[in-house]
Amino acid sequence: MLNVEGLVKRFGGFTAVNGVSFKVEPGEILGLIGPNGSGKSTIFNMLSGTLSPTAGSIRFEGREIAGVSPHSIINRGIGRTFQIPRPFRRLSIFENVALAGFYGQGSHSQSKAFAAAEQALALVGLPGDRHARVDGLGAAGLKKLELAKALATGPKLLLADESLSGLDEHEMDQAADMLDRIRKELGMTIIWVEHIMGVLMRIVDRVMVLDHGEKIAEGLPSAVAHDPRVVEVYLGTDSAAVQALAAARG
Amino acid sequence: MTMRSYFPWVAGAVLVAVPFVYHSPYPLHIMIQILIWSFAYTSWSVMGRFGLVSLGHGGFMGIGAYVTALLWNHVGLSPWLGIPVALLAAGALALIVGWPCFRFRITGHYFALVTLALSGIVLQVITATRDYTGGSLGYTPERHKAGESALLALQFTDKETWYLIALGVWAAGLYIWHLVDRSMSRYALEAISEDEDAAAATGVNVTKEKLRITVLSAVMTAFAGALYCQYQMFISPDTVSGISVSLQMVFAVVVGGIYVSLGPTAGAIITLLLAETLRISFGTKAVGWDNLVYGVLLVLFIIFLPKGILGSLMEVRWLRRQATSVIPGGSEGAAANGDALRPDPSLRSG
Repeated sequence: MLNVEGLVKRFGGFTAVNGVSFKVEPGEILGLIGPNGSGKSTIFNMLSGTLSPTAGSIRFEGREIAGVSPHSIINRGIGRTFQIPRPFRRLSIFENVALAGFYGQGSHSQSKAFAAAEQALALVGLPGDRHARVDGLGAAGLKKLELAKALATGPKLLLADESLSGLDEHEMDQAADMLDRIRKELGMTIIWVEHIMGVLMRIVDRVMVLDHGEKIAEGLPSAVAHDPRVVEVYLGTDSAAVQALAAARG
Repeated sequence: MTMRSYFPWVAGAVLVAVPFVYHSPYPLHIMIQILIWSFAYTSWSVMGRFGLVSLGHGGFMGIGAYVTALLWNHVGLSPWLGIPVALLAAGALALIVGWPCFRFRITGHYFALVTLALSGIVLQVITATRDYTGGSLGYTPERHKAGESALLALQFTDKETWYLIALGVWAAGLYIWHLVDRSMSRYALEAISEDEDAAAATGVNVTKEKLRITVLSAVMTAFAGALYCQYQMFISPDTVSGISVSLQMVFAVVVGGIYVSLGPTAGAIITLLLAETLRISFGTKAVGWDNLVYGVLLVLFIIFLPKGILGSLMEVRWLRRQATSVIPGGSEGAAANGDALRPDPSLRSG
């Protein structure tokens, strides 16, 4: 479905992403992890068109999308959420999602957009009230809104960017289950960027680990978690962290 | 609710009836002025309400007026054809200025500065080509010849006809405002005004949406210029073009209320009546003092009523209704359909 080859992004003299290649198969959830500054968000921004790569190719369903503008990438079927929710506070919750439903699906019909918005809001568990304001939402609510906006664009591939930061443990589990449900019920393919390893490991099919802009490991969650390079780079040599990881796997 | 839904029709009927029962030329002249400028201010606010603060609309208005008059005097083209040409020209100029601004993310204060240059340039072109345009002395469309049709020349001597034309155009302006307000474009433009990247991530073509509203606004403003030209039969760079006209638009809309449909109209009524009253009361005793007082009053309005007079009034009413409403959120959707105030407390100036 998605085929990334030799992706490079330089900002001046700094190489944020250095020759990363990976594939995503239809219907799977790929976890993308790595410490802060490892290049996860940069890769995301290139996949969604916010940044254009310095070199390399991104093929989505066989077509090159590297350097294509964000709105046309959305319309080809790649939806995204932002690490820090970016709601439109001058619009109601419903209008936020209806906007995505309209413009994310080729701006055809307002009634279709409204239907898509109602569906997306119901799926993430937000009220379908047309006038409810964004200001009434807490951190978890804003994450849900962010997800609803991405879902309303009708994506085949969903890019979920660190969707769990700022949530408590219970909310994290709920959010993880939500992504799992979206994959199962809607048959959506998902790339999930996260730095909280535990919850992610429970849901994803495969994990890719980045460090300093390079891929250092890829594979099944259980295999990757045992990889000594991953343990060293990602968790440091802190034994408590290693134990936490082991607990999460169990 | 019935009171509310009848009100526009009753008000409309009263406004249409005015020239049939009331023929005094001076008040009619003031009302025509108010209607034409209300339309111009509404045209500005169509984009201004989304944080696209243009200081270049004087330029668009000047193009509407001058292109129409020049085509009539030099080519003999009837305003019925000249006005569409002028509107096309204004639309094309809006594209030429807007596209690079939006494509390269020139927003906020920088956008205001670019558009400010636009009014300056149009003013300079008018004064530089004084052999054709009369320069800063102004320009007069030629009267139609005795045998020719006044309708073809779009020149009417009676104020009643002009009043009805101006009223119709003003009402059309409000209708366009409401069409935009009810369209999906409003969602997109509100989103763009907050966060362009996030708007693009919902699939909005940011450049295209901004261009569309800018061209619409520019074309409407040019139409106001053409109308002004045909009514006044005299245009000068000071009255229909240039930076002062651009600023006049911004001030009036801010005074009236930028987020409400009738805000620009309220702004036009207040600023024109104020200017007229001051001009008459100061008279020739203290030339220039009327402008000073006018300026000070505008500053006070902007400081103490940042949502504009109409905007603030509607907010008070909205808050009262909120307070008396038993059902939570039972505000008749006033805020959501854009008739009332955006809860956003700050007036976006850039």
